[in-house]
Amino acid sequence: MKLIFEKSVPGRGCSLLPACDVEETSLPENLRRATAPALPEMSETDISRHYTELCHNTYGVNCGFYPLGSCTMKYNPRIDEEMAALPGFTGVHPLAPAHATMGCQEVLNLTKKYLCEITGMDDMTFQPAAGAHGEFTGVLLIKQYHDARGDAKRKKIIVPDSAHGTNPATAAMCGFEVVNIASSPDGCVDLEALKAALNDETAGLMLTNPNTVGVFDENILEITHLVHEAGGLCYYDGANLNAIMGVVRPGDMGFDCIHVNLHKTFATPHGGGGPGAGAVGCKGFLAKFLPQSASMQGDGHIQVRGFAGNFLVVVKALTYLMTLGREGIPEAAQNAVLNANYLMQKIRNTFQPAFDRTCMHEFVLNLEQLKKDTGVSALDVAKSLIDYGMHPPTMYFPLIVHEALMLEPTETESKDTLDWVAEVFRKLYELAHEDPEFMRAAPHNARIGRPDEVRAARNPVLRWRNV
Amino acid sequence: MGSYVPSTPAERQEMLNAIGMKDYRDLYHDVPQSMILNRALDIPSGMSELEVGRAVASLAEKNKRFSTILRGAGAYDHYIPSIVKYIPAKEEFLTAYTPYQAEISQGVLQSIFEYQTMICELTGMDVSNASVYDGATAAGEAAAMCKDRKRTVTLISAAAHPDVINTVRTYCYGSGTELRVVPVKNGKTDPDALREMLVDEVASFYLQQPNFFGQLEDAEAIGKLVHEAGAMYIMGCNPIALAIMKTPRDCGADIAVGEGQPLGMPLSYGGPYLGYMTTTTKHMRRLPGRIVGETVDSKGQRAYVLSLQAREQHIRREKASSNICSNQALCALTAGAYMAAMGPRGMAEAARQSMAKAHYLADGLCRIPGVSLKHEGPFFNEFVTVLPCGDKALEALESAGILGGLPVEGGLLWCATEKVSKAELDRSVQIVKEVLAK
Repeated sequence: MKLIFEKSVPGRGCSLLPACDVEETSLPENLRRATAPALPEMSETDISRHYTELCHNTYGVNCGFYPLGSCTMKYNPRIDEEMAALPGFTGVHPLAPAHATMGCQEVLNLTKKYLCEITGMDDMTFQPAAGAHGEFTGVLLIKQYHDARGDAKRKKIIVPDSAHGTNPATAAMCGFEVVNIASSPDGCVDLEALKAALNDETAGLMLTNPNTVGVFDENILEITHLVHEAGGLCYYDGANLNAIMGVVRPGDMGFDCIHVNLHKTFATPHGGGGPGAGAVGCKGFLAKFLPQSASMQGDGHIQVRGFAGNFLVVVKALTYLMTLGREGIPEAAQNAVLNANYLMQKIRNTFQPAFDRTCMHEFVLNLEQLKKDTGVSALDVAKSLIDYGMHPPTMYFPLIVHEALMLEPTETESKDTLDWVAEVFRKLYELAHEDPEFMRAAPHNARIGRPDEVRAARNPVLRWRNV
Repeated sequence: MGSYVPSTPAERQEMLNAIGMKDYRDLYHDVPQSMILNRALDIPSGMSELEVGRAVASLAEKNKRFSTILRGAGAYDHYIPSIVKYIPAKEEFLTAYTPYQAEISQGVLQSIFEYQTMICELTGMDVSNASVYDGATAAGEAAAMCKDRKRTVTLISAAAHPDVINTVRTYCYGSGTELRVVPVKNGKTDPDALREMLVDEVASFYLQQPNFFGQLEDAEAIGKLVHEAGAMYIMGCNPIALAIMKTPRDCGADIAVGEGQPLGMPLSYGGPYLGYMTTTTKHMRRLPGRIVGETVDSKGQRAYVLSLQAREQHIRREKASSNICSNQALCALTAGAYMAAMGPRGMAEAARQSMAKAHYLADGLCRIPGVSLKHEGPFFNEFVTVLPCGDKALEALESAGILGGLPVEGGLLWCATEKVSKAELDRSVQIVKEVLAK
């Protein structure tokens, strides 16, 4: 595909603005730009076709099965997009007077009320723009809590080794020392390891439940109790909330603060990497530490982003919440769990689940034996799935399972899709034994073959240049 | 109620049977029974699409719509070309995840590579990341890039946006860096105060151009001061102004960041927006966030991938300098499409017209007895007036559907873009004049 710059023709453009109807002014000479930026010069036809070509080389949830474990790639309802595009929302200036933004405030308040009920929290902020950003905010709540009590010793955050990489990175960004504790073989918290790690330097624990291998940690009440007893707080990473919403609440598990990914659990689209929204909820005693905007509410609070966050993403999530309502929320969770268990059951006669037990909304396959037998790796299987028109699962995560493929089908896939997926996996299992070389060269029908990532890192080309 | 679960009740039962379970409760047998929520959620019943559409639209109608917007302060009402709205609405772009699987993500990867190139062109810098959450977080991440063991103090101009200052303060609080705010004199960063505050422990200084009060700073001279003290120079620039204004590269910036909202994103009560973030080749490997790089595939064809991942959290975990693992891809796509649609001439035209209209508005307001400019320096498209009875003027403007300047300390901060016509500006001035004549 040609780059947009390679399609640019000097002199082309779109007719967009009228002539200036007031007297021109100019910048003082010492502040003027020396040469114009070399932006593309394109007709509207050129632009439309260029982006359509890029669009055809992008795989979205609308294209097919997207079982990216831990990412909750459920269907993104179009009514949510339509509501977020209403001029009554898009035209509102963030610093318009409060009486002119009553509708926006009601959107935030209603969404807060519903999400607090679903999570068992008392208050919430929508300022964080993503899950990792929500973690940053949540861990800063913990930091402020200990600081406000003058408890300066608490410099350590405990993170299980099965955690997503953002958890330790977040704790470090917030100035904490990370204490990694080993997990039990099923990815759950090892109670003895936890007890050994807890002391009067413990600021808190960061945990996902269901955990990163898709298992609900049945010791959860004891875990949060132990942390509280040691004087620490418990942070809930909401990455896997889709398994349990409307069934169990993080607040009832003993968590003090949480983030929820509106772009996973509440069906707002991922947009190729964002914008998302990592709403952060907390129990009442932490509410005074929630972030605010200096320009909207004034100084005196932490702030993690400008203004009120990714507001239109909240509009989409509210539309989804209002559509599903009290019945639809648990229905979605139950069917996410049902779909995962059904697919695991259908696949297990070929590929091996890493944990032989009921899973939550996702499950992990362990391909170590397959690799030993055939030389075909998790990567090769993932790339082969592309040739069947599906997006690969999450690969090589969690780190505690080697040759891992993690599948999260979500509730918005039908039984016939899952049956077809199981059939594809069966075919690939056979192919791995019959023609492993073919799989090692996959994908065969994609726009490009496997890219040379080492070359990209060693010899970085990060922008186009006219040579 | 509404539902997006496709399976019929019969299919669901069939699936339950296939896994040897009677009903949904069996799926949750690992969950301690005492914890199960044995009641319905206390939220309303679900609704059909028709009902939801009406209910949410009625919330949108509770906002007041202004036909003329003369307020900026970090969110700018520029014209958005029609085509720019259609491109990010394409379903594949909308519903894709982060492009981990390059073979089926070349479209989104190429769009980011093109965005990175355009942002480098606009700023004059060498390297851009794939974008971060917004301008304020870009400033926070930039400050975090600069600190090391010896240099543990961050400086920021008091003439930066209040949300940027507060966000940088929060990022500094997290990392244990001290933030010091350099005072303002006559609406601009005080160079004498800055010189004194540039002690050995200072890691970086952040300057906003044009600054929060609309004033154009002497960015090049300030850059020299910062470098003489051995600190890093971070500039936060309005991307529309950059079409005609001296680039941060030419002002000596080591890192250039900013709020990308003016590049085709509607006001939207504050978001989604995007933060652009750039640096020089020298500091490339310290840049946080996603970066797309060019390479070749197994057949030797040009291809794009997420690159330099060794910097990132999923590899480095607690040793990563930032936890960021996403970008605002759809907003970067929007910004790319905006810059392509406007082209170099259209962007410069939007910048020139914004500036001309702001000056026309300033002249009109200052012809009203009792109204004057608070600062005398050159400005781009924002300025502060000293204006008696500002509240009453804003009220009168509001009843005419005009959102007037933002109350700031000692005056009103006004803004104009290419979108407002001479007639709208004349009308606004007339309304203020009538209020002050009373």
